[in-house]
Amino acid sequence: MPEIRVFQRPAKQEPGQPERQRAIRSEASPVRQFLLGRGDSSFADTGFKWLMVLCALSIFGIVVLIATELTLRSQLSWNAFGLKFFYSSFIDPDTHQRSYWDPVNGHFSALPFIYGTLVSSFVALLLAVPLSIGVSIFLTEMCPRGLRGPLAFLTELLAAIPSVIYGLWAMFVLVPLLRVYVNPVLSRTLGWTGFFSDDNPTGLGFLAGGTILAIMILPIISSLTREVMTAVPHSQREAVLALGATRWEMIRMGVLRNARIGIVGAVILGLGRALGETMAVTMVIGNSPEIHRSLLANGTSMAAVIANEYAEAATELHLSALTEIGLALFLVTIVVNALARLLVWAVTRGAPAQTH
Amino acid sequence: MGGDARRTGADALRKGEVSERGFQTRAFQGRTRVRGLIDSAATTAAVGATVLVVTPLVAIFIYLVYKGASSLNLDFFTKIPKPPGELGGGMANAMWGSAILLAVASAIGVPIGIAAGIYLAEFGRGTRLANAIRFTADVLNGVPSIVMGVAAYALIVKPKIGFLPFTGHFSAFSGGVALGIMMIPTVCRTTEEMLLMVPHAVREAALGLGVPNWRSVISITVRTASPGIITGCMLAFARVAGETAPLIFTAFGNSFWSSSLNRPIAALPLQIYLYALSPYDDWRRLAWAGSLVLIVLIMLAVSLVRYVTSRGTLKGTS
Repeated sequence: MPEIRVFQRPAKQEPGQPERQRAIRSEASPVRQFLLGRGDSSFADTGFKWLMVLCALSIFGIVVLIATELTLRSQLSWNAFGLKFFYSSFIDPDTHQRSYWDPVNGHFSALPFIYGTLVSSFVALLLAVPLSIGVSIFLTEMCPRGLRGPLAFLTELLAAIPSVIYGLWAMFVLVPLLRVYVNPVLSRTLGWTGFFSDDNPTGLGFLAGGTILAIMILPIISSLTREVMTAVPHSQREAVLALGATRWEMIRMGVLRNARIGIVGAVILGLGRALGETMAVTMVIGNSPEIHRSLLANGTSMAAVIANEYAEAATELHLSALTEIGLALFLVTIVVNALARLLVWAVTRGAPAQTH
Repeated sequence: MGGDARRTGADALRKGEVSERGFQTRAFQGRTRVRGLIDSAATTAAVGATVLVVTPLVAIFIYLVYKGASSLNLDFFTKIPKPPGELGGGMANAMWGSAILLAVASAIGVPIGIAAGIYLAEFGRGTRLANAIRFTADVLNGVPSIVMGVAAYALIVKPKIGFLPFTGHFSAFSGGVALGIMMIPTVCRTTEEMLLMVPHAVREAALGLGVPNWRSVISITVRTASPGIITGCMLAFARVAGETAPLIFTAFGNSFWSSSLNRPIAALPLQIYLYALSPYDDWRRLAWAGSLVLIVLIMLAVSLVRYVTSRGTLKGTS
């Protein structure tokens, strides 16, 4: 707000001039007399301002509080395992198999969870990015005007559905579909790569988790991509069209090239959402702390293990290990989100179409 | 591609191959046809992507309405859950619990969010502190909800802080706090954006009349932007209404009626989650019914917001 001087009565009445003050008051218009009689608002103004500042600062406070609290509560696990927590594994003495997560004997390693989070998010991005770019292109460049509003509204609705409902739908519709139709085909045609060896009769697994994640992050990526593409100035499109380009060439050279940083930002923002998404993934990923090459095998993710075990953690070490996973998730999503915001901000605020 | 076409055209010109109709050489025509094909392919791909995206949404809706509507009955709204194995029962306590949790969340999230938004738009415009707070709010918005639950657990549920009430055990209060914190960034950022749209003349008119600044902010600026601010609050509300992850180990769930902030409480999304994973068909049926109710409530909120905003948030101010 520009400097606007609020009318204020002189804070101190200068001694020796009460007559003059009185004279001013009696000469002033009725409105002014009324206002002069209302007293000094500087106390209320300062108080109000500082109250607002305090509330704004509380946002800082919350982030710092979350960070310190998570750090403190994960100390036990950090002291016990150190950095090894994130990459180690051990051989189970009873079964002689590689194992990562054994709450009963107090062995904890976050590796399978990190792996599961990364794999399911990667699958989600692989499915969601081309689709959402396609949707944004359709909505900004090709769509008849009458269809644009309803379609944008539909994709917004997709974002408003709670994740537990996505999970419910995925459990009872998507997973059976994958089990009966998709997984057998994938394992027959692409089984030789090792990524699709189908020995899981449930239909749950990384692919199911990644697919439902893709459906969930689609609206976020496509709405941001649309925003960035709309921000590309019209002169860019007109210039390319004037050179005789077809519509696709115009989109490719005039729009996508100018908007690419923003699109990358949107994708990274979608990645941030995918990394932290909990309920839907928990319900369909299978929840077994193992590492498999096959996307059709059961797995788990960082958020899923917290959701499943946090309320029932028996030992302090178990709780601490789960908190450490939470802390890692917190830090990773902060970095990813900050990066995405910077990229989107760079495009929508700055002049978008100057350099190539 | 462009270079290729240009060379062909220039060569054609130099060699005098160009007819009166322009660049109609065979090579040029071939390229044009290929470019046309690529263009149609791209259009088809974009349309196909849109169809592919809209399909799951429609599928989810149809399936949800089909499953949910056939499971809804009066019991759902009036009864509490039956023990496993017994048929019937409802989610009345879960809906009541959600209402309480959301009330606590709004009581925390809305005032702090609006106040922070007022600071960003009215007092801190362009300052470094405001930029930092705006950025922090955006980052907080991206923190996964499960992490919010872990933080609320570590802050309120786990430690018993001497004289403070509600601490040391699972409680409705801790769930409300987790949800309330999640509301703050959304409310804050929309409030700021809406306040920025209020024209300066309005503020100047108020201040010119000698209205104190605080009064001008509250009764003039915020009042003018209030439809937009309410929109932001509703969006934040709709978002946390469906949150499950932060409630699992804060509000914890409850099979009975409870209105106490000091005890575990049921919540609609939490109950849906528990019932979805249960082996009983009747409970799964209730999960579908609960989902339908939840989504209808959220859709109502979102549509209301769309309706309000489409009428022009700041009509009559410019």
